[in-house]
Amino acid sequence: MAFIEGLIEYDFLQKALLTSIMVGIICGVIGCFIILRGMALMGDAISHAVLPGVAISYAIGINFFFGAVFTGVLTAIGIGFVSQNSRIKQDTAIGIMFSAAFALGVILITVLESSTDLYHILFGNVLAVRPSDMWITLGIGVIVLVSVFTFYKELLVTSFDETMAEVYGLPVRLIHYFLMTLLTMVTVASLQTVGIILVVAMLITPAATAYLLTDRLSTMIFISATIGVSAAVIGLYFSFTYNLASGATIVLAATTLFFLAFVFSPKQGILWRKLNARKQRTVTN
Amino acid sequence: MVSAIKIKDVQVSYHGRSAIEAIDLTLEQGKVLGIIGPNGAGKSTLLKAILNLVSIDKGVIEIFGEALKENRKRIAYVPQRNQYDWDFPIHVLDAVLIGTYPILGIFKRPKKKDKEWAYECLKKVRMEEFAHRQIGELSGGQQQRVFLARALAQKADIFFLDEPFVGIDATSEEMIVKLLKDLRDQGKTVVVVHHDLSKANEYFDELLLLNKQVIEYGSPQQVLIPEVMRKAYESELSFLYEVGVN
Repeated sequence: MAFIEGLIEYDFLQKALLTSIMVGIICGVIGCFIILRGMALMGDAISHAVLPGVAISYAIGINFFFGAVFTGVLTAIGIGFVSQNSRIKQDTAIGIMFSAAFALGVILITVLESSTDLYHILFGNVLAVRPSDMWITLGIGVIVLVSVFTFYKELLVTSFDETMAEVYGLPVRLIHYFLMTLLTMVTVASLQTVGIILVVAMLITPAATAYLLTDRLSTMIFISATIGVSAAVIGLYFSFTYNLASGATIVLAATTLFFLAFVFSPKQGILWRKLNARKQRTVTN
Repeated sequence: MVSAIKIKDVQVSYHGRSAIEAIDLTLEQGKVLGIIGPNGAGKSTLLKAILNLVSIDKGVIEIFGEALKENRKRIAYVPQRNQYDWDFPIHVLDAVLIGTYPILGIFKRPKKKDKEWAYECLKKVRMEEFAHRQIGELSGGQQQRVFLARALAQKADIFFLDEPFVGIDATSEEMIVKLLKDLRDQGKTVVVVHHDLSKANEYFDELLLLNKQVIEYGSPQQVLIPEVMRKAYESELSFLYEVGVN
């Protein structure tokens, strides 16, 4: 297969593969908490909000990681501030803040005439991953995984029963912003691979697939990461072989896996539920 | 012995409208207190004020003679059942295990003995055979028992339950009442927000009749008399009366 040969032959493809795998894992892991907390829209918001940071970083010549995390977290705080200090509901606040940040990013990229290739940032170009990007992705990956492992208990209880967590004294708001920071870092790590527009799919689709396949959080995280990796590798294969945008191929691979689970999941899949319903009917008749 | 809960002149308002005001209450340890009153009387608000889930405009609340934050780990809270996402991917035993988190603190993970303790608590509510079911697969009464088991796992000294008997079967209700009385007999304090007046005299040692203010506070014999109840339920009764007439 050309893909395997390419892997052996080309250094850039190895980097792309390694980066994609890491992105698949961390998106899958963080995505579980995002969907269980009903924050899918927040994931979309943060991913768009990193754009101005990326533009500024390129303009002043620092790694885009720093600027992106800065504007991402700033937007999360802005969303929290607006929804807590007015009658505006959170999803509305998200809509206002992230489109503003994204618009600002578009203007900054034009005005600063930075060398940023907007198309690549928006849609991902994993085959152009530089060594520094790969190392940043790996570094972020390690930070995210260690954080989730260390604070698993706290993330679980604040996702499942925030009131109880608050009563026994956990800093629930701090944990929220901590998760937002991790989310921002994951987004940044995914920029090269899937791009800003499609990051949200990598956060949500593998986690949602796993959600259909298990009813234990720890198992869900594991399955979600596995699906994330599978989607990333399959997507990379199609991107390389047919010269397509890597973000799009990876997302469609994840979506395909989701629909397989949606139909065939032993407990939640529509197929078995239909069959079970029919069996019930014949028993009652 | 220091009082379990002491409340002085507490007021809570939402968006400028007061939900409860001028609340005074002293609850001794080893009692089961029922908070009763009509809809919108501020029962849950009072509970949330005690637990510092809403901020109070004025007044003082003490738990065992200190501010709440000194005693957080001595408190267990069972929220209303509709607060939960019952599709959450968690098994019954893992939900009970969360009860050990406050004592464990950050960084420490539950060990084997914590899991055994959680299982022990699950046995007390006779739900051990459901240990590995997803929580959404249970009936309302079973869910309530599981969350009581979680509260037991916290090894708390005060238990707060918000409407624990809503939408549950008679067997579960009986079991929960018995467990709450057992806790009291061990010297624990139990506070229950309660909706249904019919069994209030059997369930509670003390009753707090609330309608934005304390209408009456005392033994069931003192509170559950028509003249007193009328003061709290007047508006509802007159409404019912009007409906009846038309």
